[in-house]
Amino acid sequence: MLKIEGLTAEIDGKQILKGIDLEVPTGEIHAIMGPNGSGKSTLSYVLAGREGYEITGGTATFNGLDLLSMEPEERAAAGVFLAFQYPVELPGVGNANFLRTALNAIRRSKGEPEVDAMQFLKLARARMKELSMPEDMLKRGVNVGFSGGEKKRNEVLQMALLQPGLAILDETDSGLDIDALKIAADGVNAMRGPNFSSLVITHYQRLLNYIVPDRVHVLMNGRIVQSGGPELAKQLEESGYTAVQAA
Amino acid sequence: MSVLFEPGPEGFLRRYEGLNARLPGHRTPWVTALREQAAKAFREQGFPTRKIEAWHYTDLNLLARSGFAEALTPVDEDVALPEATAPQRVVFLDGRFRADLAETPDSGIPVRSLGANLSAAEGLLGGVAKLDEVPMAALNTMLFEDGALIDLPAETNGGAIELLSIIQSGERPVAVHPRHVIRLGKGASLVLIERAIGRGDGRYLHNPVVEIVLEEGAHLTHARIQQEGPAGLFLSTVFAKAAAGATYDSFLLHAGAKLSRSEAYVSLDGPKAMAHLNGAQLLSDGQHGDCTTFLDHAAPDCASRQTVKTVLAGKSRGVFQGKIHVHQIAQRTDGYQMNQALLLSDQAEIDSKPQLEIYADDVKCSHGATVGELDEDQLFYLRARGIPAATARSMLIEAFLQEAVDAVEEETARNALATAVAGWWEKVA
Repeated sequence: MLKIEGLTAEIDGKQILKGIDLEVPTGEIHAIMGPNGSGKSTLSYVLAGREGYEITGGTATFNGLDLLSMEPEERAAAGVFLAFQYPVELPGVGNANFLRTALNAIRRSKGEPEVDAMQFLKLARARMKELSMPEDMLKRGVNVGFSGGEKKRNEVLQMALLQPGLAILDETDSGLDIDALKIAADGVNAMRGPNFSSLVITHYQRLLNYIVPDRVHVLMNGRIVQSGGPELAKQLEESGYTAVQAA
Repeated sequence: MSVLFEPGPEGFLRRYEGLNARLPGHRTPWVTALREQAAKAFREQGFPTRKIEAWHYTDLNLLARSGFAEALTPVDEDVALPEATAPQRVVFLDGRFRADLAETPDSGIPVRSLGANLSAAEGLLGGVAKLDEVPMAALNTMLFEDGALIDLPAETNGGAIELLSIIQSGERPVAVHPRHVIRLGKGASLVLIERAIGRGDGRYLHNPVVEIVLEEGAHLTHARIQQEGPAGLFLSTVFAKAAAGATYDSFLLHAGAKLSRSEAYVSLDGPKAMAHLNGAQLLSDGQHGDCTTFLDHAAPDCASRQTVKTVLAGKSRGVFQGKIHVHQIAQRTDGYQMNQALLLSDQAEIDSKPQLEIYADDVKCSHGATVGELDEDQLFYLRARGIPAATARSMLIEAFLQEAVDAVEEETARNALATAVAGWWEKVA
């Protein structure tokens, strides 16, 4: 379970998160919706451990582990996965090498044996087929020359390979056409189960037609201002965020 | 015990005078005339100092202050060799050709000892070298004893050859001046992996000079891998000229030595000739690496590509100087130059000096330089996938170098270079 209490954070002296309280029980998928600048991406980066954010108060734990005191790689090993809104290009790092290094790092931390190149290829090919990814994406540099949709699919592929306990999807729908969106959503839905939870961060309701959340939270100005069931997303789509603000 | 010559140019000149009657070719008038001309040029120039513009960033004090002796490794001594990077290999030990150590296929190898075959090098040896402008080449010409002679007939493929030079350093500094002479006839092709390895921690000077003539349509891939010992001084010079349609595809790797400077003088003399002058320098604490190139576009419709990457750790210093001279006749020249440095420490320094001189009006020439540290976003991306920080850094450094090496099209050479850069950071860190 992900448990966030009173979380406040700032960047360059500017307070972005102003007291977030949120619980995502194991096995559930929660959506966070909110307008631009509400703190959605900051929340995802703070949970994943990116530098540059100053945590000024509150706690965030995952399955009882104090995330905020851990290095990014330790959080990943503990099962936290951030699907980036803007996946970084790594020229000169082969995608296959990257994926296998990541997979083996996670497996090592769990005390599981590493996979060799052949085992990895078999595993990766199967997952890529599910995501309709061309096999040559393994040979290319990580995200180098990938289209927006390919980059997002590469994020979902990483998630499928690393099998995290908590996936934070930061605007995974942005830049995706409807077919790519469905493929990405299928990838997330395939992970659903009693040991998987997810925080789906999105600006639009569209993605939530395909990944139906258990709960929806509205984030505005650094705070969660409203929570409800999946129907809340539809309401927001119709009335807009200004209506929430007014309420 | 060998005699230690006095430091500075005088020591080398005295040595030349003393050795004169024993050097290869001492009875061959054109060779002795060439040596005399070189001695005169070296006497006049001495060692380059920082007062010379092209030497502003590299100080040869370390060389000028040292006295050197002759290398004394017995010619029949057995040495352990590193794994070959190409199917054919010739070995030079302390500058001397060692036929017994060569790896030669049944069909033979198109490499001969220059020292033993000087008459076959007439017209080639000294044909491209600029003795009056390059004192280190004059020094080499004055004192060279051996090297490789490769003279490929037209339309032949020489395959891939490793030219391995091993210098064994001891208590006394030795100086070695190998001279390699290469000609590829019309349409001939060759992959040459020139590799320099140092054994031992002692000071020594390795001063190789390579002269290359590429006739019409010839294609040479030339990978130069410098893996000298930690106190070694590596001062190398390549002179190359390419006729119409010929390609000189080169890559320079500085991975060892206390101080290294490699100069390349490349002239595109015929239409549609092509040059790649790529390179990488891996410099850790206390090392100085200098990659200096002079590229002459002397004919129309030629192209040149140059990407040089330098990684600097600890208190190291890197230099890149790249001059491109586009002659008036060289219309439709297509030139590209890029110099990139990755600084891993606050104490490292890189000096980058691109120089474009263009006298033709229809020319496409671009150049750029970047200096940066490891990208924080890239590091975070890797760490967010569970990859430990140290491994992530190493992956990004290797990626930076991999990109440089990927520019080499020929597979044997590319693999040799990739092997030489792999794991550098783990050894340094």
